[in-house]
Amino acid sequence: MTEPLLSVQDLHVEIATRRGTVQAIDGLSFDVADGETLGLVGESGCGKSMTLRAILGLLPRGGRVTGGRILFRGTDLLSISKDQMRDVRGRSISIIFQEPMTALNPVIPVGAQIAEGPIAHLGYSKKAARERAVELMRRVGIPDPARRCSSYPHELSGGLRQRVMIAIALACEPQLILCDEPTTALDVTIQDQILKLLLDLQDSSGIGLIFVTHDLAVVSQVCRSIAVMYAAQIVETGTVESVFTEPRHPYTLGLLRAVPDFDKVKDMLDSIPGIPPDLVSPPAGCRFRARCSFAQPDCMTGEFPLVATGDDRTSACIHWKQCRDSVMGDPVIATGPASGQSHGTEP
Amino acid sequence: MAEANATATLLPPPEESALGRTRRWPSPGLIAGSAILLVIIFLAAAAPLFTSYNPVALHPDQGLLPPSAQHLLGTDQLGRDVWARLLYGARIDLEVGFLAVLFPFILGTLIGCLAGYFGGWIDTVTMRAVDVILAFPFLVLVIVIVFVIGPGTRSIYIAMTVTDWVSYTWIIRGEILAAKRHEYILAARALGYSRRRIIAKHLLPNVITQAIVYSMSDIVFTILTIVTLGYLGLGVPPPTPEWGSMIADGQGFITTNWELATIPGIAVVITGIGLSLLGDGLADLLRPE
Repeated sequence: MTEPLLSVQDLHVEIATRRGTVQAIDGLSFDVADGETLGLVGESGCGKSMTLRAILGLLPRGGRVTGGRILFRGTDLLSISKDQMRDVRGRSISIIFQEPMTALNPVIPVGAQIAEGPIAHLGYSKKAARERAVELMRRVGIPDPARRCSSYPHELSGGLRQRVMIAIALACEPQLILCDEPTTALDVTIQDQILKLLLDLQDSSGIGLIFVTHDLAVVSQVCRSIAVMYAAQIVETGTVESVFTEPRHPYTLGLLRAVPDFDKVKDMLDSIPGIPPDLVSPPAGCRFRARCSFAQPDCMTGEFPLVATGDDRTSACIHWKQCRDSVMGDPVIATGPASGQSHGTEP
Repeated sequence: MAEANATATLLPPPEESALGRTRRWPSPGLIAGSAILLVIIFLAAAAPLFTSYNPVALHPDQGLLPPSAQHLLGTDQLGRDVWARLLYGARIDLEVGFLAVLFPFILGTLIGCLAGYFGGWIDTVTMRAVDVILAFPFLVLVIVIVFVIGPGTRSIYIAMTVTDWVSYTWIIRGEILAAKRHEYILAARALGYSRRRIIAKHLLPNVITQAIVYSMSDIVFTILTIVTLGYLGLGVPPPTPEWGSMIADGQGFITTNWELATIPGIAVVITGIGLSLLGDGLADLLRPE
């Protein structure tokens, strides 16, 4: 077994707020291998984006890591100096944000924004970095890159802006790219193009991707393995195919049932009743218990760590077998993950 | 070529207009303001072309002559040509006005960037210093400093830098506080850029326009301060021609030769109008989308 590219081990993050200390990430563990795409799925506020920020060492004010390790190629990112961390950011690990309009600097031409990484990290000359920028823009499918270089972000469409973001992320040939809902702000046709582009780039360069999203369709399109997060914890992991066809945690099941299915006309969308727990004082026992239809008295107390459930999968639910069995007679979604990663419209 | 064809469908053909580059036309005020200033700067720079008189040469026998073909605006009590003194005086007033704004502009912007970006104790110390300086009436502070150091342009620069940086720090700090919350700053940090690079290349271009616009009206204000200091005898020492001292000198003859004090006054007003129009026009032109 080779060393994983990134290994997050029992990560704890707290954020001090006026209302009290929030357990933003509570005992998170996952691995990403070279060339692997991990989907990190969950509803808003469950700690997905906070995980990415913790990996980059950019927690918001008041946030701090209180435990665990983040190993990147065997080096603990939490123990290295600020200067070393700065060198990891952008060069070894980069990030693509959700909203390309606000994540690009409005007063700098996009070519210069792409060229900045190579100048800052790799010591490129201005001329060489500009050539690199044009090459990257061509690689991410921006038409007429030599001329677009001098365009400002507001002069580009949303899809092109996201391509620019991807070019910036790729500029220093990182080994890992964190994608923070990179397609959420785009309409579906552009979304498809961007996902396809990311997959192509990954195929050709073997970059590891962590894909944070709440969009299960996107996950099925790009990811091989998936980690489902709920209330600052991972509740289920496995390959996308197996998790989608046979969820072993009630929360995953609820998420999958909430996906609109165009083959079956329904009056109402299924939703998960209730709201996520307050992370300032999380309830004892299973955090999903109050919203769970499988809840039993033994869900009220104790710890609910991830346990192996066979087939290289884990679940935090002690009644996962019941959850699995309930799906047997009632398939969750018809649109299972397309085999392989060939899904996507032709350009 | 195939690639170009494939991607061409993503976008309309990139005509100049399709790029959507927004070119805003300069407003009439900006054009008028720039024109006024350019004329004044040209007259000052090329002063020897417009007058053959030496602005400091004394001709006591030709004192207080009325305007004529020989002396366009007449002469003062010491027989010096007023038109020549006005032109050469513009050199001093514009140069001092510009530099006395440039120094506080640079210093204030630098301090504002640091205070706004780093916050914490740096910000606290800076803002208390700003409060202390703002607590004094501006002109009193300038006069005290110039009086202590002694009259002259060097004292004016020092006095203006000491007192005026607070305006720029105030503006830049506030703008940085707002700008650093933007996601593109988080993105720049996530890309591992150094703090110096983030401040200089990512934040400053977004906030500097406010300071530039303010500096235009600040030049007007500074020229008025220089003129005031000259009037009080604390400005540029005689016999160097300077508008403020010209007004002060002309004051004694206000009943008989009112134009001696009025003409440099009008020059100050015209320069002020030009700079104000320029500042307003720039504010419109540079205003972010």
